[in-house]
Amino acid sequence: MGKRIAKEVSIAIADAVKLARAEVIAAYPITPQTHIVEHLSELVANGELDAEYITVESEHSAISAALGAVATGARTFTSTSAQGLALMHEILFIAPALRLPVVMVVANRALSAPISIWNDHSDIMAERDIGWIQMWAENGQEAVDLVIQAFRIAEDRNVMFPTIVNIDGFTLSHVIEPVELPDQEEVDAFLPPFRPKYKLDPRKPLTMGPVGVPEIYFEAKRAQDEAFRSARRVINRIWKDWAKRFGREYNAVETYRMEDAEVALMILGSMAETAMTAVDKMREAGKKVGLIRLRLWRPFPVQEFRKAVAGLPVLAVIDRALCIGGVGGPLGTEVRAALYAAARRPRVVNFIAGLGGRDITVEDFEEMADRAAFYRKKRPKEAYEYIGVREV
Amino acid sequence: MIPELAKFKGFSIKNLPKEEPLAPGHRACQGCGEVLALRMVMKALGTDVIVCNATGCMEIVTSPFPHTSWRVPWIHIAFENAAAVASGVEAALKVLKRHGRFPKTRHVDVVAIAGDGGTADIGLQALSGALERGHDFVYVCLDNEAYMNTGVQRSSCTPYGAMTTTSPPGARSFGQMTWKKNVPAIAVAHGIPYVATASPAFFLDLMNKVKKAALVKGPAYIHIYAPCPTGWGTKGEDSIKLARLAVDTKVFPLYEVIEGKYYLTRKVTKPKPVEEYLKAQRRFRHLTPDHIAEIQRRVDAEYERLVKLSEL
Repeated sequence: MGKRIAKEVSIAIADAVKLARAEVIAAYPITPQTHIVEHLSELVANGELDAEYITVESEHSAISAALGAVATGARTFTSTSAQGLALMHEILFIAPALRLPVVMVVANRALSAPISIWNDHSDIMAERDIGWIQMWAENGQEAVDLVIQAFRIAEDRNVMFPTIVNIDGFTLSHVIEPVELPDQEEVDAFLPPFRPKYKLDPRKPLTMGPVGVPEIYFEAKRAQDEAFRSARRVINRIWKDWAKRFGREYNAVETYRMEDAEVALMILGSMAETAMTAVDKMREAGKKVGLIRLRLWRPFPVQEFRKAVAGLPVLAVIDRALCIGGVGGPLGTEVRAALYAAARRPRVVNFIAGLGGRDITVEDFEEMADRAAFYRKKRPKEAYEYIGVREV
Repeated sequence: MIPELAKFKGFSIKNLPKEEPLAPGHRACQGCGEVLALRMVMKALGTDVIVCNATGCMEIVTSPFPHTSWRVPWIHIAFENAAAVASGVEAALKVLKRHGRFPKTRHVDVVAIAGDGGTADIGLQALSGALERGHDFVYVCLDNEAYMNTGVQRSSCTPYGAMTTTSPPGARSFGQMTWKKNVPAIAVAHGIPYVATASPAFFLDLMNKVKKAALVKGPAYIHIYAPCPTGWGTKGEDSIKLARLAVDTKVFPLYEVIEGKYYLTRKVTKPKPVEEYLKAQRRFRHLTPDHIAEIQRRVDAEYERLVKLSEL
């Protein structure tokens, strides 16, 4: 077992990429992703990580070069945030369609305008349908674990899909946390070298990325969708293996104090830590409040999620992103759709909070839980409500 | 002189490779000069290659699933990123060789192929990045002087005066109103070891340049003239004639730039008038004698500039 040490989470993530023995890194600097790629540059420059670091001239080229590398058979990593992720947009769809299992850490940040370097989830929510496996880390340990797991998941021959690990910009990427980095031998035993079934190799030529004429495009996309959905089983299996080896359990949906809960807060990412504090405080005051956190966002874990909310009267879904002109926040909309066919379902109350680096405090969570409890008997008038925003 | 080039004896009629890495049966238009040039490029490179193809005519006509014309590993990701994809392939090969995951002694040429739009316009940034970073790869621009794949829209490589669907002549227009972007000069400005222009009318010259580009260590850029009967309004059987005429009128000069030094590889001592080249194509049909005189003046000046550079 590795040692538990205090580390900046970005540095720990770079160390995890090194432990995973990434062979090619293609990245372009953008706040708040920078500390990850800076540390990776150092590791490569020092010879501690024997990899090729491609200092590309844009994020568009970062993901393009990453796809070229992974298609040639090298384990490949990239990382970005906000505008950088948006610039990658076009290519992000191509990676899973060609079954190219690159791993990317997104240090979540608000999208412009106004330009903001601070955290929210608007960058990744704009990319939710790209067909990548998408996970969210709550803390530094999870970020490290998920990054190592991401390579194994993405490269599994029954998966072969690119994978994103989301970490909240600054509030997770830049904090110093106690983190246990596994030993190299343990990681090597968990994560075998990347041996893709198909790759660019003159010894066995193949054509990658051909034209999809109308007679074939639809079938190709359906096959992609079905393969993606069935990746769920592999992800669970790999998480079980991880728990066995490292003693840390991972589930698609995590719950906290959900026994007899009348209201549940539902969140993504690192705000879980504050939310748990709020739940503890409210429980002490006799309020029956629990917490649900999605660790896996794509493919959406419908069954686990429905199980987590079984018998729950009210679900307060907290979105750190907007769907302007839509019918809720991205998580709120998704959750409502996932519950629509259920025979018994909680009332879903959707809150938009913490945009552009606005903190979501313990008090904010308490307010959301209280408002949600109020809506148990009275249907909310609006599809979603704002929390923590000034009215003037 | 670059040592890798000193050893290269060159292709001749007698030693042309028999291999055709690009198979026939693709769906290019009749008389397509681009696919002819591409065939020569691939013959020169052989089969130890990985091809990164930008979106465009060549990508479309060679890869309609479940068919492929490619007998070598080939990848198409998108339009503007062939050079970036090639960067990743090259980096991967390097590290895989170091890690003993690819045969160390097996040399693989990494090749990016794009049209003029994918090179001079939307792909210029990715190209510049890849050239600047010094990847060991060959970038081939097949220049048919407009966006032919989407229906003949102008690019920054469309020549002055040419009619395209987005540079139509009219009361306030004489077609393309800007001079062709000099992409080889941009490539040269990156300080890369090898830059050349080539034409399918001079196929041995073309193949030798491609081979040299592959032999040099580091980035190499080749800009190839690619006649397009469909887009230019010419007869399919005239493509090679036209390619020759473009060289003989000094419209498309053939040269190499080796470590920054210019060499004219075909000196045009008795140039034919530019008018002869222009009159052969429907895309220039609307031009007035004044326009033609202006083009002649610019062509002469550009060629003179090249001669001076080659004498430096």
